[in-house]
Amino acid sequence: MPLVSKHLLGLEGMPKNDIQTILDTATSFREVLERPIKKVPTLQGKTIVNLFFESSTRTRISFELAERRLSADVVNFSADASSVKKGETLKDTARNIEAMKIDMVVMRHAAPGSALFLSKVIDAVVINAGDGAHEHPTQALLDMYTIREKFGRLEGLKICIVGDISHSRVALSNIYGLKTMGAEVAVCGPSTLIPRNIEKLGVTVHHKIEDAMRWANILNVLRIQLERQDRVFLPSLQEYRKYFAVTKERLMRVRNDITIMHPGPINRDVELSADVADGEHSLILQQVLNGVAVRMAVLYLLGTRS
Amino acid sequence: MATSTKILDQKNFERTLIRLAHEILEKNKGAENLVLVGIRTRGEFLAKRIAKKINEIEHRDIRVGLLDITLYRDDLRENLSQPILRGTDIKFDVSGRDIILIDDVLFTGRTIRAALDELVDMGRPASIQLAVLIDRGHRELPIRADFVGKNIPTSVNEKVKVSMKEVDGEDGVNLIELTEGES
Repeated sequence: MPLVSKHLLGLEGMPKNDIQTILDTATSFREVLERPIKKVPTLQGKTIVNLFFESSTRTRISFELAERRLSADVVNFSADASSVKKGETLKDTARNIEAMKIDMVVMRHAAPGSALFLSKVIDAVVINAGDGAHEHPTQALLDMYTIREKFGRLEGLKICIVGDISHSRVALSNIYGLKTMGAEVAVCGPSTLIPRNIEKLGVTVHHKIEDAMRWANILNVLRIQLERQDRVFLPSLQEYRKYFAVTKERLMRVRNDITIMHPGPINRDVELSADVADGEHSLILQQVLNGVAVRMAVLYLLGTRS
Repeated sequence: MATSTKILDQKNFERTLIRLAHEILEKNKGAENLVLVGIRTRGEFLAKRIAKKINEIEHRDIRVGLLDITLYRDDLRENLSQPILRGTDIKFDVSGRDIILIDDVLFTGRTIRAALDELVDMGRPASIQLAVLIDRGHRELPIRADFVGKNIPTSVNEKVKVSMKEVDGEDGVNLIELTEGES
């Protein structure tokens, strides 16, 4: 079934069928990634621009691999090398790039809503690779794909997102997507890092990590993003670690078989202890591999849409 | 109004598959190195049936893979309606094997071109041979079948409809004449 959506701006309001189609399609691309030649000619002749106004390594590499494995032509554009420093507006940058006849834009930008804005000023297909603390839809899609791969379903599963919820686009996209797919979602973290009224999105709040561990099938542990905190929300990393770190010792005390996910990059032994990150219940590397397949699915579905 | 003529009934459909199985075995001197790859949708069921016939003749299990050529289509760029991706499912190494590629109808040859490209991306088969239930002519590429169930000369405004128990409830092949404006 073709997607209803023309762009991928976020998972808020995305129809269940569209999410389902993306996850089902990603299965086909997982198979392509197992072949000796991990490349298909599907997007031959399409040009995709990766527009990264914020630094990113893994998301950009994952998108670029996905694009190249679909045989698209790829142009990379990062803020530090660009005319942004010369004062050009986002609209002008985008229009200039579009004048060069491109088909799709993958954008990361610090401003929430920038992807939506972009989709209104250009004709090309827009894929949001993270807009401030708003959404990061492909990360949530690959998280959902990875969960579904392990559990065979999303419906009825209990997923707790742990960490800095207030500043996290990964958390928000996961909440929207998982709720649409029928999963139960909770968040856990210090109250300074949990948005007021988050219960209105249909999520439960845990203030104790032990409670979250008792409740959940899966913990999705977020990176404590020191670089994103312009004000001080945490007294210290030591304190965060003391109350919220997911450690082997803690898991042994509560429940040891819980599935662990993390969008990366990990602050080892801050939010997640090294033995848990590398442990048998960790899906972290699976997430990375699935990320390429899920992004191929999104690019394919949006890039060949009539 | 479309008119429909039956070309193969259930019995002849069955006989045709048995003959194809024998021809494949005769040309390859047995089933030792053979694998079958069916092109989705109906090629899948044809491949499974032919595998069963080969097993009945040779008492040897033969592996069957499924090919979804969507990602290799040459008309994706034209932005027609987006086909559903069902996925390729080949759980064996194709390198060094003699592959029998199976489809229901051979027409322009474009599907087979896509299938060949996909197969060689998965390895280096010893050979690829093509078996089709119906060859209806009108090739647009230099492709021919090694094994043909039935040749049917057609005009471009006719459609060959292959039905199979697994998806359509019964086996048979019909030639449907389309009147102006239908396609």
